[in-house]
Amino acid sequence: MVLLTLLAAVTLGIIRMRNLFAVVILGGIYSFLMASVMIVLDAVDVAMTEASVGAGISTVLMLGTLYLTHAWEIRPVHRDLLPMFVAVATGAALVFGTFALPPFGAADTPVNTHVAPYYLENSIPDTLVPNVVTSVLASYRGFDTLGETTVIFTAGIAVLMLLKGRRELKPGPKRRRLKR
Amino acid sequence: MKLDVIFRIAAKIFIPFMLVFAMYVQFHGDFGPGGGFQAGVVAAAMVIFYAIIFGLESAQKIFPQRVVELMVPAGVGIFASVGIAGMLMGENYLNYSPLGPDSAHGQEYGIILVEIGVLVTVAGTMVAIFYSFMGRDR
Repeated sequence: MVLLTLLAAVTLGIIRMRNLFAVVILGGIYSFLMASVMIVLDAVDVAMTEASVGAGISTVLMLGTLYLTHAWEIRPVHRDLLPMFVAVATGAALVFGTFALPPFGAADTPVNTHVAPYYLENSIPDTLVPNVVTSVLASYRGFDTLGETTVIFTAGIAVLMLLKGRRELKPGPKRRRLKR
Repeated sequence: MKLDVIFRIAAKIFIPFMLVFAMYVQFHGDFGPGGGFQAGVVAAAMVIFYAIIFGLESAQKIFPQRVVELMVPAGVGIFASVGIAGMLMGENYLNYSPLGPDSAHGQEYGIILVEIGVLVTVAGTMVAIFYSFMGRDR
């Protein structure tokens, strides 16, 4: 509860800030709070990913972007009523959806009765790996993880092409003119 | 910042531990939280930390841009070739059972190899993106 209240406070701060540097730092704080929520929910692997990627790498990359652009957000040209309506409507629909969810950690839900018991019982005999997250990720669902790695690969290549495309041009009069 | 003594000394103390932590997360992922993805990010964070304190050029001397960019497809290649190795040894694609003396050990070795592939791609991607961000002039 305390964590969720802090999350809401940080979100309001991010919405109200115009200084993008502060927004990036608040985004890092948001990720750390989210990681704490994950630890409370016993999802340590997810918490670790959230802390290292969300708070670490993305903060650094965002700061790098700010260095290349400006640190102040310009005033929006449109009024923000329609986006606010969309956000509130989506949020309301999601909250409405949570009413139908079973209580957290209930043992007789489809999540916990379908394949989860098989993984928990057979992870050590099948793979000798006590951390079931690792064995599901890399062995039982290795195909998913291969796809996931390919996604990272594709995204990385795309970003590199976007960032480096212009630098590959030979330095000459043409390039001079392209520059600001 | 390059000349700041405190940052440089602190970085020299921190960086070995960051590397050890990345390796711990990588190879202890079977027993505790962690795995290739998280370890890759920690390793990339170490390189980025080094580049911020000591400057981009000295970081690129140790981790050349070409090597880092080669790591991006190499990790996927490691992952896929572990799958092909299983297939060549008479099992389904990405079934690691024939890689070890018995099925369970094969699975364990396969998981370790696959996690290395994930580490290589993740760390390579993160560092390559950081390099190309920092290499741009304003």
